[in-house]
Amino acid sequence: MSFIHVENVWKEYGGQIVLEDISFEIEARAFLILVGPSGCGKTTFLRMLLGEDSPTRGTITLDGKPLVAEPDSDRGVVFQRYSVFPHLTALQNVMFGAEIADSPLLGRLFGAKRRVVAEQARSLLAEVGLTGTEDKYPAAMSGGMQQRLALAQALMRRPKILLLDEPFGALDPGTRADIQALMRRLWNETDLTVVMVTHDLTEAFRLGTRILALERRRNRPEEKARYGATIAKDIEIWPLRIAGAKKTFTAPAGTTRPMTEPNRDGPDPRSHKERS
Amino acid sequence: MRLLNVKPNRGQSFVLAALPFMLAAGTYFIFSSLRLAENPNDKLLPALGTIIRSVRELAFQPDARTGDYILWLDTASSLQRLFIALAISTFAALVTGIIMGLLPLAGALLGPSVAVASMAPPLALLPILFIVMGLGEASKIALIVIGSLPFLVRDLALRVSELPREQFLKAQTLGASTWQIVLRVVLPQMLPRLVDALRLTIGPAWLFLIAAEAIASDSGLGYRIFLVRRYLAMDIILPYVAWITLLAYLLDALLRWIQNRAFPWFAAARAS
Repeated sequence: MSFIHVENVWKEYGGQIVLEDISFEIEARAFLILVGPSGCGKTTFLRMLLGEDSPTRGTITLDGKPLVAEPDSDRGVVFQRYSVFPHLTALQNVMFGAEIADSPLLGRLFGAKRRVVAEQARSLLAEVGLTGTEDKYPAAMSGGMQQRLALAQALMRRPKILLLDEPFGALDPGTRADIQALMRRLWNETDLTVVMVTHDLTEAFRLGTRILALERRRNRPEEKARYGATIAKDIEIWPLRIAGAKKTFTAPAGTTRPMTEPNRDGPDPRSHKERS
Repeated sequence: MRLLNVKPNRGQSFVLAALPFMLAAGTYFIFSSLRLAENPNDKLLPALGTIIRSVRELAFQPDARTGDYILWLDTASSLQRLFIALAISTFAALVTGIIMGLLPLAGALLGPSVAVASMAPPLALLPILFIVMGLGEASKIALIVIGSLPFLVRDLALRVSELPREQFLKAQTLGASTWQIVLRVVLPQMLPRLVDALRLTIGPAWLFLIAAEAIASDSGLGYRIFLVRRYLAMDIILPYVAWITLLAYLLDALLRWIQNRAFPWFAAARAS
């Protein structure tokens, strides 16, 4: 059964058509990547999945139910910037979700309950490699650490889907590689479906189980307003990547098929050239 | 070396900062002694000794008629009015500003009317306040509130709307309700910004305080200045003005200190 079902979704702003007739389905535990040139509507699409915006036409269902029209705790999110609260320490940022859930009136926990949540938050921080930064404020952390923190904060609420809007775009290559490895591990070990927007193709092929490329087919000035972006390519990564498999990203027996393409799992030297 | 690259060290900074004060004091005493040499009874620029004698009388000797220590009585009643008024303004602005900045419905409801109301000159409303509320404390406090509240409300509403929308989305994905977002995301981030706004408000607040005291009062720093004006008592007016300035400056320094101590995250977050 499909987990996210997108059917004939259109998005218009005024007279400007941004997305036209987007339809696809993804299964639970997929790692879907949206790629495409700037301004093709991939972030707009993510905003609709998040509930910040709604489709002009068409429907999106999550787990068989229509998507709630405002953000909720089923959907976690990490943005490129401003994903963590600057006035809270790392530990407080991670505890935020649990405190909100357990204390409707004050949004804060005290005493024993607080210690339990703090312990959970501590282990989640350790999980993303942030042990020792519990009492730091985000402004005192590097960009990579802030994004790790944002991931931990989002995972605290155990969302069904995790939406990532170019989360690693502003990081230097070394940091990015580290956090990509972390992301793969988190996706593999957590019951999580991920939808990620990026314009880094290497990243797309490194992380995804499936890649959707959005593109405007008509780009002449007089046509621009009336034609939105559609799905230009729908690429299933092969060999299949199965979340929860013991060894990440190796195909289970019997699913391999002869391939002429190079192994996409490793870093592809060509794509580095293309990016520069 | 270019002038814009020349930086003072600590000692030089101190000397440079002291220079304008010394210059002002020096100029005053030169002209004061010139005038007094010509006419020992001149009241316009009293000598330092005269000023000190007046201050000593006001601060440390009970008033012959009432038995009050006038300077401290004036200071207490002025600061009391100022603090009550600023407390009311701050609280009201915090509530209104956050609601206006966060909730589009409230913004649509209150935005235009606050924008219009904030343009009404508070001093023009003072007669109305005196008529409605009488000449007591209430009307003076009301004037300061009216003079400071619109600025604080509009500033806070603006600061709330300047918070990155990502924070609100993130909080919602963590399950937060509107109330919880107010309590855990908006309010704590507004408090240090409120301190900034308050620091800017202290000047106008003193203005309205002194204006109200000048017109109808029986104590207060502004009242005293306007009272002794009749006798050209510059030996009282000048130290009073200096005292008011010092109080306002200390208040400002106190707020800055509170901001640094209570919100350690704010300086770095503001810079980024």
